[in-house]
Amino acid sequence: MTFIERMQAIDRRIIFGLIALAVIIPMLVHLVFVVRPSPIVQSIFDKIEALPEGSRVLISFDYGPATVPENQPMADAMTRHCMIKNHRLYIMAVWATGEAQANITIEDVIEGEFPGKVYGENYIQLGYKAGNQGLLNAIFTDLKGMYTTDASGADINSFPIMEGIAGLPDFDLILCIGSGKPGMKEWIQFAGDRGDIPVAGGVTAVEAPLLYPYYPRQLLGLMGGLQGAAEFEAALVIKYPDYRETSTTAVKNMGPQTVAHLVIIFFVIVGNIAFFVIRGREKRERSE
Amino acid sequence: MRREIPLFITFIIGTALIVALFIPRDPFPRLDAEFSVWFDIIAVFAFILGGGNLLKIHVDRITRGHKDRFYSVVTIAGFLITLMVGLMKFGGDPGFKGNYIAEGTWFKVIYDSFFVPLGATMFSLLAFFVASASYRAFRAKTREATVLLLAAFIILVGRTPLGYYLTFWLPEPLQFLHIPTLSNWILAVPNLAGQRAIMIGISLGIIATSLKLILGIERGYLGGEK
Repeated sequence: MTFIERMQAIDRRIIFGLIALAVIIPMLVHLVFVVRPSPIVQSIFDKIEALPEGSRVLISFDYGPATVPENQPMADAMTRHCMIKNHRLYIMAVWATGEAQANITIEDVIEGEFPGKVYGENYIQLGYKAGNQGLLNAIFTDLKGMYTTDASGADINSFPIMEGIAGLPDFDLILCIGSGKPGMKEWIQFAGDRGDIPVAGGVTAVEAPLLYPYYPRQLLGLMGGLQGAAEFEAALVIKYPDYRETSTTAVKNMGPQTVAHLVIIFFVIVGNIAFFVIRGREKRERSE
Repeated sequence: MRREIPLFITFIIGTALIVALFIPRDPFPRLDAEFSVWFDIIAVFAFILGGGNLLKIHVDRITRGHKDRFYSVVTIAGFLITLMVGLMKFGGDPGFKGNYIAEGTWFKVIYDSFFVPLGATMFSLLAFFVASASYRAFRAKTREATVLLLAAFIILVGRTPLGYYLTFWLPEPLQFLHIPTLSNWILAVPNLAGQRAIMIGISLGIIATSLKLILGIERGYLGGEK
């Protein structure tokens, strides 16, 4: 086997090894790139920023541990922004695993960075309910009918934050962090469109292209994957430099992802060079 | 009657939900909300069905001595232990209203110590397989494959800060060649067109299937005749 032929059939263990190094080394050397917010992400930030203090923001955690590296920084950054702006935050989940992920955000961001915020006044954890889009349809008109208690089992009417809430149209903004179905698409179709409620949020990089048909009329902004999360963090730090230390999880993780992308591109180029050289040689041999 | 009653229920609920969308006047919005609540209640029973199905498949594997039966033992043990811990709310407030995943509960420990790392590991493996698959599949063998390859290249670079660094120096008249701009253009124009076409196709299919279900033409969901 010639060198070129070997380049066309590299052992996948070599590829796996180099991808592992491409992730580990940038993490060890803390390789960080400067990230700039794109218009599709900036529009989410601008919307949260423009809402008057005390606005009602519903945030739905529709993902599980598998996509935490992409989704959790989005959830943390948007929650942080809502807390900075003193919005009232209503946390729920359409995914069974979402409630646990929401608890992480509550612990790390709300309780960790904003200890003055009061549960039941500034934010509430409604938790998970089964039903997928059926749930969204039901809470559209009667949220308290489905959520008779908060996640800890306390009567929903005992919290001041729930006063004046009947259904989804009472919210000023719906944020969804999703990684599949039910997720962003269902929130747009069963809540945003129906009640003319602004919907925005973030999804995994794989899912983001599927949601572009909704942007910008039905979906006011979208974070796609880790890059989207990093862009939101960057937008937050530009406006609020005090959060430079805490709001950089995704920005830091973009280093390993960038190098991993480079390694993939390198292998694709090598494979194509080898392919063209071999094809040219075969053509020459046939013509001779 | 075993077939007529489900067909009747499907017809009434399907028609009411469609009418509620176009006539937002009482009683239709009320019916819409009421039916959605019923749907949510029924959806909860899907968990029991799912759990039963999981047990059936894996118990069957173990009893038949399947070569992967040890994985089935792990699956059943994991399922039953997690179920019991969650139902009994070990370490937390017992009773129906107690939070099964509150801090200090055993369920929370299982979630944090097993489910989170296992889920993250499974998803992380994708990076390795995507790299290997890209290397083998992305070959510019045809014109169409070359276009796909170029689009993938631009998206891969454009979705990282590298895209900015590579082309930020371009003068104003050539700004359209800026890689992040090109990446956004691919997502917002050709991708959008393709996605819309797919969505319209799927929606038409859903409408046709729904009408067949409501009108009782499609009866496959009722199961076999006896």
